[in-house]
Amino acid sequence: MSVQPLIQATYFVVAAVFILGLKAMSSPVTARRGVVWAGYAMIAATLVTFAWPGMQNFGLMILAIAIGFVLAWFSGKKVAMTDMPQMVAIYNGMGGGAAAAIAALEFARGEVHGGVVTTLAVCGALIGSVAFSGSCVAFAKLQGIMKRAWRLPAQNAANVLLAIAALALGFLIISADTPAPEYVLGFFALALALGVVLTVPIGGADMPVVISLLNAFTGLAVGMEGYVLGNPALIVAGIVVGASGTLLTQLMAKAMNRPISNVIFTPISGEATGGEAVEGSMRELSGLDAAAMMRYAAKVIIVPGYGMAVAGAQHKVWEMAELLEEAGVEVVFAIHPVAGRMPGHMNVLLAEAGVPYDKIFDLEEINGDFAQTDVALVIGANDVVNPSARTDKSSPIYGMPILNADHAQNVIVVKRGKGTGYSGIENSLFYKENTRMLYGSAQQAVAEIITHVKVLSA
Amino acid sequence: MDGLVYLYIFMLAGFTGYEVISRVPVILHTPLMSGSNFVHGVVLVGGMVALGSADPEAPLQLGIGFAAVLLGAANAAGGYVVTERMLAMFKGKKESTK
Repeated sequence: MSVQPLIQATYFVVAAVFILGLKAMSSPVTARRGVVWAGYAMIAATLVTFAWPGMQNFGLMILAIAIGFVLAWFSGKKVAMTDMPQMVAIYNGMGGGAAAAIAALEFARGEVHGGVVTTLAVCGALIGSVAFSGSCVAFAKLQGIMKRAWRLPAQNAANVLLAIAALALGFLIISADTPAPEYVLGFFALALALGVVLTVPIGGADMPVVISLLNAFTGLAVGMEGYVLGNPALIVAGIVVGASGTLLTQLMAKAMNRPISNVIFTPISGEATGGEAVEGSMRELSGLDAAAMMRYAAKVIIVPGYGMAVAGAQHKVWEMAELLEEAGVEVVFAIHPVAGRMPGHMNVLLAEAGVPYDKIFDLEEINGDFAQTDVALVIGANDVVNPSARTDKSSPIYGMPILNADHAQNVIVVKRGKGTGYSGIENSLFYKENTRMLYGSAQQAVAEIITHVKVLSA
Repeated sequence: MDGLVYLYIFMLAGFTGYEVISRVPVILHTPLMSGSNFVHGVVLVGGMVALGSADPEAPLQLGIGFAAVLLGAANAAGGYVVTERMLAMFKGKKESTK
C-alpha cells in the first residue's frame, strides 16, 4: 500500500552508486563509466521522488526541472573546453543556491523546529548561500565580466564582521520558535554578501582552489539540508562530496604551496604589490630564429599555459611538435599542477588536441630534465615558470613550486605583449641572458614557427 | 535516536568521501571536481521534496521551491554534461598514440 519502502530502497542504491561512481572517476580507465553510472542513479532518484507521499505542485515542479535541465544541458554542451572551470563554478553555485532555497522554504513554511534540525538548516543555508554568491563571482571573474581583483580597506575585518553578523542572526533564528521573517531575510542577505566579499579579492592563480572549496561547501550544504528533509540520499551524496571536495582542495593548495587559509585571507592581489622590480631588458627574437633553434636542438620541452589554451593554439602546438619529431628532435610537454585554471585542466586540453599521454610529464617527473634540454618553449605560461618563486621572499608567489624552465640552455617565451600576466607579477625569467621573447598570440606565433620549420626541413 | 543515526551517517559518509578519492592522479583532478559537482546535484531531489510540500496557496513558498528545483536541475544536468565531455576525451587516448 505504501510506496515509501520502494523509494527508500531506491535512495539506498542511488547513494551506493554515487560512491562507486566517484571511486571509478578517480582512475582514468574507469572514469567515464563512473559518471555514466552516477547519471543513471540521478535519473532513478529523480523519478522515484515523484512518487513521494503527499507531494503536490507537480506542474510547477516539472516546469522548473525542464527549464533548469534544458538551460544547463545546452550551455554545457556548447561551452569550449577552455571555459570549463567557470562552467563548473556556475553549476556548483546553482547547487549551493538550491540548498539555500530549500532551507528558506522550510523557514517560510515554519516547519523546522527543534535544536539540531534548525541548527543544521541554518548552517546549510549559510554555507549554501556563500557557495552560491561566491561561485557567481568566480564565474564572473573567469569569464572576464569582472576584470580586477579589489580589496576592501579592511578586508579581513569585513569578512569576520559579516560572518559574525550572519551567525548572530542565524542564532536568533535557531532560538526563536517561529523565526521572524526579517531575521530570515537579513540572514540570507548577509550570507550572500559574505560569499561575494570572500571571493572578490581572490585573483587569478588561486581561483581553482576557491572553486574546489566552494564545491566542497555546496556538498556540505546539500548534506545538511538532506538532514532537515530526512533524506539519506542527500546526506550521503552531499557529505561524501563535502569530504572529497575538501581533500581535493587540500591537494590543489599543496600543489601551489599556499595553505587554504592564505588563499582566503591574504590573496594575491590584481596589482603587483610585492616582488622586487626586475633589472635589465627583454630580448626579442623572430619566428625564424625560434624555428631554427628548435629544429636543430636535441631536446625541446614545451611548457604550455593558459595563454595557449585561450588562443586555442593546442592543435597548432601539437602539429609543430610532430614536425620537430619528424626532424629528429625529442619533444615533450611539461605541465605544472595548476597550469590552465585547475589541476588537470591542461591535460584535458592537450588530450583534446591529440597529444599522447606518454609525452606529458608532471612537475616532479620533468624538473630534473631541464638542465639537459636545449630549448624550453614557454607558451602562454607565466607564474608557473617564474624563478622569483624560488628566491624572492617578497614575491607574492614565493614558495610555490615552479617548472625549472630557466635551467634550460635556451628559453623561448611566446607571449602576447610586454605587460605582466594574469596575476600581475613581474617575471624575472623574461629578463634572463638566455631568454628570448617571441611576441604575438600563441596561435599566430606557432603558425609562424611551423612555416619556418617546414622550410628548414625541406 | 533517529537523529543520532543520521549524525552517524554524516560521520561515516565524511570518511568515505575522504577515502574514495585519496589516490587520484593529478590529471583527473578537474574531471573529478566536475564529477563531484554533478553528484551534489542530487539536491534536485531535495528541492522536489521541498516544493512538493509547499502550500499551493502561498506564492512565496512556491517561488522559493520553484527556484530550488530549477537550480538543482541545472546543477545536475550541467554537471553531468561537462563531466561526460571531459571524460569522453580520455577514451581516445589509445587511438591518438598511433
